[in-house]
Amino acid sequence: MLAAEVETETWDVLVVGGGNAALCAAITAREAGARVVLLEHAPPAFRGGNSRHTRNLRAMHDAPHGVLVDTYGEDEYWDDLLRVTGGATDEHLARMTIRASAAAPAWMTARGVNFQPSLTGTLSLGRTNAFFLGGGKALVNAYFATAERLGVTILYDTEVTSITLDDGFAREVTAVSRGFPLTLRARAVVVASGGFQANAAWMRESWGEAADNFIIRGTPYAQGTVLRDLLGQGVQHVGDATQCHAVAIDARAPKYDGGIVTRLDCVPFSIVVDRDAQRFYDEGEDVWPKRYAIWGRLVAQRPGQIAYSIIDAKAEPLFMPSVFPAIRADTIAELARQLGLNPAALEATVKTYNAAVVPGVFDSSKLDFCRTEGLDPPKTHWARAIDTPPFIGYPLRPGITFTYLGVQVNDRAQVLMQDGRPAANLWASGEIMAGNILGQGYLAGFGMTIGTVFGRLAGEEAARYARN
Amino acid sequence: MPETDSALSTTMTEARRVMEICNACRYCEGFCAVFPAMALHRDFANADLNRLANLCHNCKACYYACQYAPPHPFGVNVPQTFAILRDESYRAYAWPRPLAAAFARNGTVVALTTGLSLALVLILTDSLTAPGILIRAWTGRDAFYRVIPWAAMSGIAAITLLFSMLALTMGGMAFWRESRPDRPVTGRAVLRGLHDALTLKNLGGGGHGCNDRDGAFSTLRRRFHHAMAYGFAACFAATSVAAFEAYVLGLPAPYPWLSAPVILGVVGGAGLLVGTSGLIGLKFTTDPTATAPALLGADLALLALLWFAAATGITLLLFRASAAMGPLLALHLGFILALFIVLPYSKFVHAIYRTLALIAR
Repeated sequence: MLAAEVETETWDVLVVGGGNAALCAAITAREAGARVVLLEHAPPAFRGGNSRHTRNLRAMHDAPHGVLVDTYGEDEYWDDLLRVTGGATDEHLARMTIRASAAAPAWMTARGVNFQPSLTGTLSLGRTNAFFLGGGKALVNAYFATAERLGVTILYDTEVTSITLDDGFAREVTAVSRGFPLTLRARAVVVASGGFQANAAWMRESWGEAADNFIIRGTPYAQGTVLRDLLGQGVQHVGDATQCHAVAIDARAPKYDGGIVTRLDCVPFSIVVDRDAQRFYDEGEDVWPKRYAIWGRLVAQRPGQIAYSIIDAKAEPLFMPSVFPAIRADTIAELARQLGLNPAALEATVKTYNAAVVPGVFDSSKLDFCRTEGLDPPKTHWARAIDTPPFIGYPLRPGITFTYLGVQVNDRAQVLMQDGRPAANLWASGEIMAGNILGQGYLAGFGMTIGTVFGRLAGEEAARYARN
Repeated sequence: MPETDSALSTTMTEARRVMEICNACRYCEGFCAVFPAMALHRDFANADLNRLANLCHNCKACYYACQYAPPHPFGVNVPQTFAILRDESYRAYAWPRPLAAAFARNGTVVALTTGLSLALVLILTDSLTAPGILIRAWTGRDAFYRVIPWAAMSGIAAITLLFSMLALTMGGMAFWRESRPDRPVTGRAVLRGLHDALTLKNLGGGGHGCNDRDGAFSTLRRRFHHAMAYGFAACFAATSVAAFEAYVLGLPAPYPWLSAPVILGVVGGAGLLVGTSGLIGLKFTTDPTATAPALLGADLALLALLWFAAATGITLLLFRASAAMGPLLALHLGFILALFIVLPYSKFVHAIYRTLALIAR
């Protein structure tokens, strides 16, 4: 359907976004009999938002089910969430999401998503997370195919610029579709347009010039246009704009869309130095899956938002390689020159560190208490002298996964206004409301869980409203 | 050939770049044997890449699932890259060396060979038979040999087939020398490799089928390939049984309808016709973004040759009692001769390398 034809209709449900949460909402609403239009900012090749880069969904299960082994009950799931968020969550919404996650894999399978057993290197997630065969883009492809088959009207290259709210009632939706302005009317609107991490100007408002050195791991289409528009029209926000999920990734990654291959797992087996060749944090504080998400912020707080992970030949086989070639040299001084660091300063840092290493039994698979003594900051595990050439360096920058600022919702996925009342015909799902449940930290696969559960909920509620 | 060498290194470099991206991602692990085999490496030697390329069944599932596929700047296109590298590996392993050039414009080579062998058989048939022999209805045992002398038919067949077997074996050995794993190959690995080759397990896309035409999953290509491959095997069996009956039991062709050679030949021929027709159809309807257009000629040439070999065989069977038998036999044998000759210098070699790669992975 052409954009001009879309304009003449009054749609039952209009979905803003084209990722997992948007697709779950569109499919659910269409299955409930609603006439649905979905507006995706990206062109077909880059459709799917950040879902394109995901690979699994965290699902509660009281018995082994499909690719999910053993059991993962509500309370354990809740405990995990409480731990990573440090309490920055809403127990009612969170438990509702967790309970609903049990039905998600079967619903997904029925709509074309295929699962596979846990990937190598992620065996620890085989009990809690169901992996998509082929990853998130395969999931997105399956959902778009299902949506098309069901008769959802899809417009690509269409960025929603504003939803006109009139005392909490969405009157009309304006967009730019393939370069032309477009105005649409719908009885119900679902916003699933993600965070604002790809909006450089907005990131700069929160982070200053440091934001210029951030790398966006996922979609460049997460501009937060709709989020900002709604927050400017009396919608209640959740979270604040300075919060984002940031990991340390290879500094050579492209500005956007580098995805999974830019990650670096070498930090715990290395020393990490800043631009001045100085260490600044305990690299061996805990196992990497529990620490990788603090390193983005740590690097963001260093001068120039850059750091360098330094290892020697002993450590090289211990981690997943990043996609970019290791920078190698036979001496620390030469490595420093290649990395653009002061050779004498790096030599001094390595020498001081090596002298502080206490002998121990190294074991990369667990907390081994191979540590330093009398060093500030200390390295408390996996500390071994860096003495075996070739010496290897990787540059690190903050890689932003998503932002936490969002719109507040209730347990029917309705968007809440600043006075606490729900907006009459506006629902939200996915990253744009994930902050209600995931106020900080991250739990692998939980973003997809929130998107799926709230997408279905929003689609169902919006369709029911529109059809009455 | 410096030109070929630089082309080789370009493809190899691209294959290495792509595998290094895939190895840092690994989302496709569940699709096929390529990605688990890839994950055993941190660095990729040329031989590793050749083995992985030959392990790839070109199902394209990884292309549609790839977050780095074009127009992403990384531009990862595993099926296309591996198709080109695979083709270059056919040249690298070809025996004898000078005939590697046959893979350069393989579609043309296969088509020309077919034309020449048809002409040769027709001219020989015509010149070796007395006037009036060729266009005449013959019946009973020995009917075929009235038209084409037994010694000529079996002599040429034996020489060409044995040479092709030798060339395929030499190519296979060259591939194996480079690709064999460092560890000893167990009987279990051999059985698993053969099982996966015979069932085309890796065209299952992890159980849901492949992207035969577009983003949707289907099992058409796998089924057509089974029809073709088992049809080919049945025809080969028909020929072997016939040879046994002729040379050992002294019962020369043609054979009655309800005999092992004819039943096997009919079933096999039908399988070949269905399989090759279907595969040719898919070649023309598939989304070309993940294929290597330069290789279309080679693929089509072999498929067409197999189709004609089957079609003329079945036509010969239907009209063997008529005066058309002589020309039909000559035509059929012309295609069979071409097939025997081009086996080691056509797409057919993938059967050898793919199976060995499945064992070696």
